Amino acid sequence: MSTDLIDAARPAYRQPSWLRRHSPPYWLSLVGGGWMLLFFLIPLASGLIVSLETGNPVSGYTLTWNWHIYSQLFVHSDIPYTTFFIRSLYYGVATTILSILIAYPMAYFIAFRVSVRWKSPLILLVLLSFFVSFVIRTDMWSFVLAQQGFVITTLHKLHLVSSNFHILGTSNAVIGGDIYNNLPFMVLPIYVALERIDRRILEAARDLYSNGRQVFLRVVLPLSRAGIFAGVLLVFITTVGDPVNSSLLGGVGTYTIGQAIQDSYLTNQQFNVAAALSTVLMVILGIIMFAYAKIFGTENLENLV
Amino acid sequence: MGITFVPIVVMMLYSFNNAPTSRITFAWNGFTTYWYRNLTQVNGLTHAFLISLEVAILSSLISVIVGTPVALALGRFRFWGRGPINAIVFADIAAPAIVVGAASLSFFLSINLNTGLLTILIAHVAFNIAYVVVVVRARLSGMDSAIEDAARDLGANAWTTFTKVTLPLIWPGLLAAFLLAFAMSVDDYVITSFIAGSTVTFPLFVYGAAKVGLPPQVLCFGTLIFLVGLIVALANGALNRHQFARATTEDSLAAPTQPVVPS
Repeated sequence: MSTDLIDAARPAYRQPSWLRRHSPPYWLSLVGGGWMLLFFLIPLASGLIVSLETGNPVSGYTLTWNWHIYSQLFVHSDIPYTTFFIRSLYYGVATTILSILIAYPMAYFIAFRVSVRWKSPLILLVLLSFFVSFVIRTDMWSFVLAQQGFVITTLHKLHLVSSNFHILGTSNAVIGGDIYNNLPFMVLPIYVALERIDRRILEAARDLYSNGRQVFLRVVLPLSRAGIFAGVLLVFITTVGDPVNSSLLGGVGTYTIGQAIQDSYLTNQQFNVAAALSTVLMVILGIIMFAYAKIFGTENLENLV
Repeated sequence: MGITFVPIVVMMLYSFNNAPTSRITFAWNGFTTYWYRNLTQVNGLTHAFLISLEVAILSSLISVIVGTPVALALGRFRFWGRGPINAIVFADIAAPAIVVGAASLSFFLSINLNTGLLTILIAHVAFNIAYVVVVVRARLSGMDSAIEDAARDLGANAWTTFTKVTLPLIWPGLLAAFLLAFAMSVDDYVITSFIAGSTVTFPLFVYGAAKVGLPPQVLCFGTLIFLVGLIVALANGALNRHQFARATTEDSLAAPTQPVVPS
């Protein structure tokens, strides 16, 4: 009863309507969410539709629900798409593992061994390669590593390698380029995860008589798992689909699925083939990342990005 | 760490090489600024660069305008659409560029939209929104929402609260989001290669030229972009430090040294 009196005494204040209270987040995200829905999510689905079309570049394509395309591409095909897939996955795995091994010590050093004023400059140094256009920096590597380039001619002069030794055109060159181009994507998330660790936990571990190795293996490493996961996600996905490193640094023996998709779309105009390959690539990557998330139990994906 | 510098140093060095042909050569022929003085001489290069600049500025601007409200919705409200929108943002960042490019081309073909400048712009905004949302949301979560509540308690409506309180506070986040989106757009090769039609952007030009040998002017452009990017990054860092320093001193000034409660 007393509340009634207070309400009556209040100047006319009306509770906003249900719609007014609950609609703001929806109209706030209307344009942006709609844009992503229309120009990102629906295209991904339309890729599947295009893959089921038949036809040719001249007379155009029509939807015939041709599911056979998938068996045609992978079972009896003139072009070894399965090999391209396996090769790309191999580049992805090798690049990811080597990136972790290189990036973790760097991130650890910046997070734990450097005073505050040196952190930003070192992070900038890690990111420095990003200030050079991606295609230019990759091509600069092919310039440096070419037969007449600086590295090989020096090795020849020192008689360290035989005259037919070459770097470009090998899988190692492609993996090297992939690592170089993706390393910051591995260093940054790991660094952020390490930086978030409460230093008192490390003290506590030491107080409980763990040695340096135990502190790292049983405290620091598990706590930086989310950072490693984010790094793996970015590096692995980018590397498996990348057509640039394998085409600029590689040769005939390093043809990847990324190049296959690009060539079948842009050079041969086999829209259905390209769409089928990219759908398969997306599904494979999805399964691998899902399995990885399950096995290593990463809690909340949204907090990673 | 030294490896990081190799392509950068080589790029800068060979942009000054007095090469006898209009393609970069392995031999060092002495120092020249000829290529810088004739920066615009290469057919199509300057045009490609200007197209990239135009696309980058427009797409980052649009994605900041369109993405910031999404970040506000995600950062300040609990609502049913939160989960799905977060998932789309996450997928947008994680999806492999080659798949996004191929899918976008499939989509534009199926709705009969001719590929060109417009489709590049649409696709760049589509991937940039996700980056904007992530950066702005991070800035929002670092900001105390009690300040906005206080503004509303003092009678400000939603719009006034946003323009007078929220916007000034998240402004550095918007700038950072714009710069990130700009960098992502200006450097994108894979997605753009699918949906460019006959339009040539800077990365597309460089990729095409790389197959036959780059004109030295490409290295000049690369060097200039590198330096401008570095200066902007350093300035942005200095700005943030300055703001941080100002905020902390103001806080310590505002903080009462004596208990306010009368005894």
